[in-house]
Amino acid sequence: MAERIKASEKFKRDRVPMKEQDPKERINNFNEVPYGYSFEEAIKEAQRCLQCKPAACVEGCPADVHVPEFIDKILDEDIEGAFKEIKLTNALPAICGRVCPQEEQCEGACVMNKKGKPIAIGRLERFVADLARDKGILDEPPAESSKASKRIAIVGSGPAGLACAADLAKLGYDVTIFEALHKPGGVLVYGIPEFRLPKAIVQYEVDQIKKMGVKIYTDYVIGYIKTVDELIESYDAVFLANGAGAPSFLRIPGENLNGVYSASEFLTRSNLMRAFDFPNYDTPLDVGKRVVVIGGGNVAMDAVRTAKRLGAEEAIIVYRRSRTEMPARAEEIEHAEAEGIQFELLTNPIKILGDENGKVKGLECVRMELGEPDESGRRRPVPIEGSNFVMDVDNVIVAIGQNANPIVARSATGVETNKWGYFVADEETGKTTHPKVWAGGDIVTGAATVILAVGAGKKAAKSIHETLSQK
Amino acid sequence: MAKILKKEQWSDTIFSMLVEAKDVAKAAKPGQFIILIPKEHGERVPLTIADSSVNEGWVQIVFQVVGKSTLELSRMNEGEELFSFVGPLGMPSEVEKFQGKVVMIGGGIGIAPIHPIAKKLKEMGNHVVSIIGAKTADLLIMEDKIREASTEVIVATDDGSKGKKGFVNAVLEELLATEADNVSKIWAIGPPIMMKVCAISAGKFNKPIIVSLNPIMVDGTGMCGACRVTVGGQTKFACVDGPEFDGALVDFDELMARQRQYKELEQKALELYKSKEGVA
Repeated sequence: MAERIKASEKFKRDRVPMKEQDPKERINNFNEVPYGYSFEEAIKEAQRCLQCKPAACVEGCPADVHVPEFIDKILDEDIEGAFKEIKLTNALPAICGRVCPQEEQCEGACVMNKKGKPIAIGRLERFVADLARDKGILDEPPAESSKASKRIAIVGSGPAGLACAADLAKLGYDVTIFEALHKPGGVLVYGIPEFRLPKAIVQYEVDQIKKMGVKIYTDYVIGYIKTVDELIESYDAVFLANGAGAPSFLRIPGENLNGVYSASEFLTRSNLMRAFDFPNYDTPLDVGKRVVVIGGGNVAMDAVRTAKRLGAEEAIIVYRRSRTEMPARAEEIEHAEAEGIQFELLTNPIKILGDENGKVKGLECVRMELGEPDESGRRRPVPIEGSNFVMDVDNVIVAIGQNANPIVARSATGVETNKWGYFVADEETGKTTHPKVWAGGDIVTGAATVILAVGAGKKAAKSIHETLSQK
Repeated sequence: MAKILKKEQWSDTIFSMLVEAKDVAKAAKPGQFIILIPKEHGERVPLTIADSSVNEGWVQIVFQVVGKSTLELSRMNEGEELFSFVGPLGMPSEVEKFQGKVVMIGGGIGIAPIHPIAKKLKEMGNHVVSIIGAKTADLLIMEDKIREASTEVIVATDDGSKGKKGFVNAVLEELLATEADNVSKIWAIGPPIMMKVCAISAGKFNKPIIVSLNPIMVDGTGMCGACRVTVGGQTKFACVDGPEFDGALVDFDELMARQRQYKELEQKALELYKSKEGVA
């Protein structure tokens, strides 16, 4: 049992930093950047928790993780207890502990945040999940249930699908996930790089969900091999969690030149297909000396940091607004800066230039200044006349967001979509316009975060259970 | 996992495989494709479906060895399982009962994907004229199956070793010169340069021509945009918007340039594999 410290002492102490790989080293490898807390560090951080009742952090968590309870069990040095406490509501703790934007959720809501020193809940969650995995601590198996006769189909094995599957399996349902790619995990395997989320960890958490009895069919594209309408006929409920999935391009000249990638392609080649390990893996990726990534979100940071690791001497973010408007997490931007990523802010690309072989050689941009706020509340960037200039570049990676992929939707006749092609679903329950169909994650909200998808999966599971229990 | 049920070698570099994939066979429509990964470290290889049997639960693929992945695939044997096999993908061919004749042109390995389309068109009561061509007689594949799926067949080889001497587009122009009024639709599938010249030939007679594009792909489900092609001045994703497009509108030069994107890396991978495996 670790010592409980006095409240006054709690306020005095600072957040325990998490050690990480030296930036000079890590730009040469794909190993994870932060090392995670040691036991001592975790105890020291856990001691700062005020154990609020009710707890604002739990309110701030889309997965309703019992934060004070699991932190208290860390202080009891009861890792198994802490792990089970987290697993009560979150099937993916090692993943969420790494990729959630905690500053906007649990840690943003933490009382200590008023002092700028919120409890490092994400790091503690990760610590518990990692230690449990190392020690082989397993969650309770789901109880045998009479509900096993009710069958649920889930389209997509990303965070929304996995979270929904885990909660329904716990309740005793017979759950089958259909995954289009050859590996389960969705964006967790094709989108997020190894250095932020090791794929072995994703695999482990997916395996735990399989052990709960969830079946996962990979290489199974709903919309082609079976329609959603067919799933509706043979299952008691269907949850659509197929992700946003269609990359947006800039619609500027030169976008189809060789050397131009969508961030989705660039990251899928590297993450899912392991192009970073070419030629041990067969999928190639062409990365030159100067790589520009267009965009300011988390995906842009993932792409630019991947480019650096793949040998780009200069890896540059081009973003049309200023740093304050960048939608990427502060931590991602800081990591990128530490790795020597350059930022061309208030800069907008207008044309990609190619050589005689159809390969990228330059990017014409224009400088921007911030004008009046637009409908998003952010100040609208406007071009500065006559400020055009050309950057010499070998690759251009477009990371400006995604559109709805139409494959699943066009095979779901009774399920309404909005004008952008996203499913219309109730925010609280995930219910769609079809009584047997629920939807959640990016295919409802447009590209968002892993944890919001987890939250949507959980809400849908709850609503599916309530609906099927009434029958 | 998809088991290789039957493997045949049709030439030095052309192979056919029947792959066990019951659900794919059941759902497959003419014009669609599959993506396979031969072994765990492999890449995703898109191949158009050559034939399928719902009763026997297989899908036929026909491929030419051009790089490491196709070489590795060609060296796999009956009974072995492919690491990954997903399909059907892409939009099916728009087939119907047309007023006049339908002309199906297959060049080289492109003869395989015209087969299911021709078969379906004939079943629907169309008069199907197939023009199949290859460099030389030894490389002419699936002639018997094409004959079964067609009303008339014209064979052409570049060297004249079988059928007419010359390219398939010359045969098409010859045909259109005498009976253009009687032809309502043309499909052409083969190397991009062959589809390009066929589209030009069809254009001379103002005849609609459909081509099936084979750009580099990764996921094949519209997620990555690797397969973008310019059609009528607009960017399309061949995997979800195609693979079939109006041949008159396709920017074939861009397609050919994009297919060369990884040439050096592909060569490197092929040489490394050959030296490791000791194959010539």
